[in-house]
Amino acid sequence: MSYVPNPRPAGDFRTSYTDDNRLFKTHFETRAALVLLALIIVAAPFIGNYWLSQLIMIGIYAIAAIGLNILVGTTGQISLGHAAFFGFGAFASAWLANSFGVPILLAMPAAALLTTAVGMIFGVPAARIKGLYLAIATLASQFILTDFFSRAEWFSGGVYGALAERPNLFGFAFNDDLRYFYLVLFWLVVTAVAVTNLLRSRDGRAFVAVRDHYLSAEVMGVNLTKYRILSFGISSFFAGLAGALFGHYLEYVSVEGFTILLSIQFLAMIIIGGLGSVYGAILGAAFILLLPQVMESVTTMAAYIFPAMESGKSYVKQMSIGAAIILFLIFEPEGLIHRWQQIRASWKLFPFSR
Amino acid sequence: MTEPTKMLDVSNISLRFGGVKALTDISFHVNEGEIFSLIGPNGAGKTSMLNCISGRYKPQEGAILFDGKDLLARSINDRAKIGIGRTFQNLALFSHMSVIDNILVGRHHMMKNNFLTGMFYWVGGAQKEEAEARAEIEDIIDFLEIQHVRNEPAGSLSYGLRKRVELARAIAIKPKLILLDEPMAGMNLEEKEDMARYVIELNEQYGITVVMIEHDMGVVVDISHRVAVLDFGQKIAEGLPHDVVEDEQVKTAYLGVDDFSLDDEKEAM
Ligand SMILES: Nc1ncnc2c1ncn2[C@@H]1O[C@H](COP(=O)(O)OP(=O)(O)OP(=O)(O)O)[C@@H](O)[C@H]1O
Ligand SMILES: [Mg+2]
Repeated sequence: MSYVPNPRPAGDFRTSYTDDNRLFKTHFETRAALVLLALIIVAAPFIGNYWLSQLIMIGIYAIAAIGLNILVGTTGQISLGHAAFFGFGAFASAWLANSFGVPILLAMPAAALLTTAVGMIFGVPAARIKGLYLAIATLASQFILTDFFSRAEWFSGGVYGALAERPNLFGFAFNDDLRYFYLVLFWLVVTAVAVTNLLRSRDGRAFVAVRDHYLSAEVMGVNLTKYRILSFGISSFFAGLAGALFGHYLEYVSVEGFTILLSIQFLAMIIIGGLGSVYGAILGAAFILLLPQVMESVTTMAAYIFPAMESGKSYVKQMSIGAAIILFLIFEPEGLIHRWQQIRASWKLFPFSR
Repeated sequence: MTEPTKMLDVSNISLRFGGVKALTDISFHVNEGEIFSLIGPNGAGKTSMLNCISGRYKPQEGAILFDGKDLLARSINDRAKIGIGRTFQNLALFSHMSVIDNILVGRHHMMKNNFLTGMFYWVGGAQKEEAEARAEIEDIIDFLEIQHVRNEPAGSLSYGLRKRVELARAIAIKPKLILLDEPMAGMNLEEKEDMARYVIELNEQYGITVVMIEHDMGVVVDISHRVAVLDFGQKIAEGLPHDVVEDEQVKTAYLGVDDFSLDDEKEAM
């Protein structure tokens, strides 16, 4: 991580240790986040169904990406199976609701807990292996789980998939996109706050310590096995929660939705957003979701000039994500969030900044 | 004077890596409250010995008792809990974390908040505990004079400062015994003097027993209470600093490596 100067402007003094450990680094950011949140809540009814559905998907992916970020960005491990845990959450929530009549609003976090357990089981190899070997082991979890989805009819409805109804709270049905959006927003805020809190407390530090120097972390009293597996668990919890929100949004869960491609997209989100950053993961999710659509409009326009482009549209969409990952790795390896940190720093020093 | 109590009792330790005998039948003990130095030429096995105590290496033979209890059966992370801290020959900080967070990791085994209470932060006591831990380590920050870099990422600091942060992190464990692997290596004279002062103070004021590996004979003779000398994995001498450096066998071991004489070092200081 390159050096980013202290972002606090002159006059923003810390007068207690609690103050020194706030949710946001500057007062400005606290206010900006609250204003932005209020703005989204107020504006949501007026932005139309297309944008509403985009925001819902961004919110869902962001929750999953924040989870993956704990595993990859914070603990320094890797997972190529995040989509499978995401899928497990979707199926588990539908299963709990359909087979046991669990109220859907409860089935969602319960499904997330089940996914946590599954994630920790598949995370056990992480206690022993690292890097490329761990990547392969998690790849196995991707295939084992998707195979399980298509075979276990009692759980997932097999190849037919499972129906997942929209949730309902004492007669208040989340049956339109606006209401569902507020539900997703609620969970996104809970996720972002919880994970930010985690990162500024004991276990969050332990995760980073394991990432930065596992040998000395162990000598400092950090139980490596515990934290390596725990980070799989926590990461899977949010994957499962996001998956459950996803399933009940589409009202239908099918095994095709959870391929390795989606796992890679989750990785792309946190790389582009900024490894280890909660808000980066949200930015990354938005970026990955919106990029293909921007590319679509760009190629549509280009097709007026070069009609041949018309047939290549879908390729351009697919390639754009790959190209974005490569470009980010080369030019902005620390992600979108790092851009923001630099802007913040140059504000503080204005007019002396470059 | 009362009989000193043995804090660390190393007996007949042998450690092999394949065919390489890193340590052969090493025995020594460290008394409570002592500064004990391990010296010897490069590759003598000093770091390997510390690694056996801190748990990184498992010796094939021998026993190590800490406060009379078997140490070798314990896991590495357990050894922090029972009061063993250490620093490393090659810096081993968490380079992306701030200095404060590095030091707070040393408090890990004493803190109670976990991932759940941590996520809920304001309810369940995490916030309070974090603030308390933060206040406690401020003493260590003051002691090692690293106030000015508190919030910097550890990886951005100079070598000398990083060595100090590592020491701070080890002290944060609240150890009874601290293992220092060449705390003054690569430092200039002024930094060495500071570091020597810290070692003496942490021994005298914090009451921490010290096992130190150090190549600088002047420092070793000045600050340690007793010294053991390793050469090719064997212990060739042990005793009071002045006696040890006058030992013929020790002189031969060092000959050609570093032709040291106490008086030269004294003048240099
Ligand atoms: N992990 C390892 N695998 C194989 N050989 C090792 C390992 N660690 C140490 N050794 C060998 O053990 C011997 C002692 O090494 P050690 O690092 O303990 O020496 P040292 O006294 O600390 O030297 P220095 O003053 O250079 O730090 C050396 O021959 C070294 O090559
Ligand atoms: Mg060494």
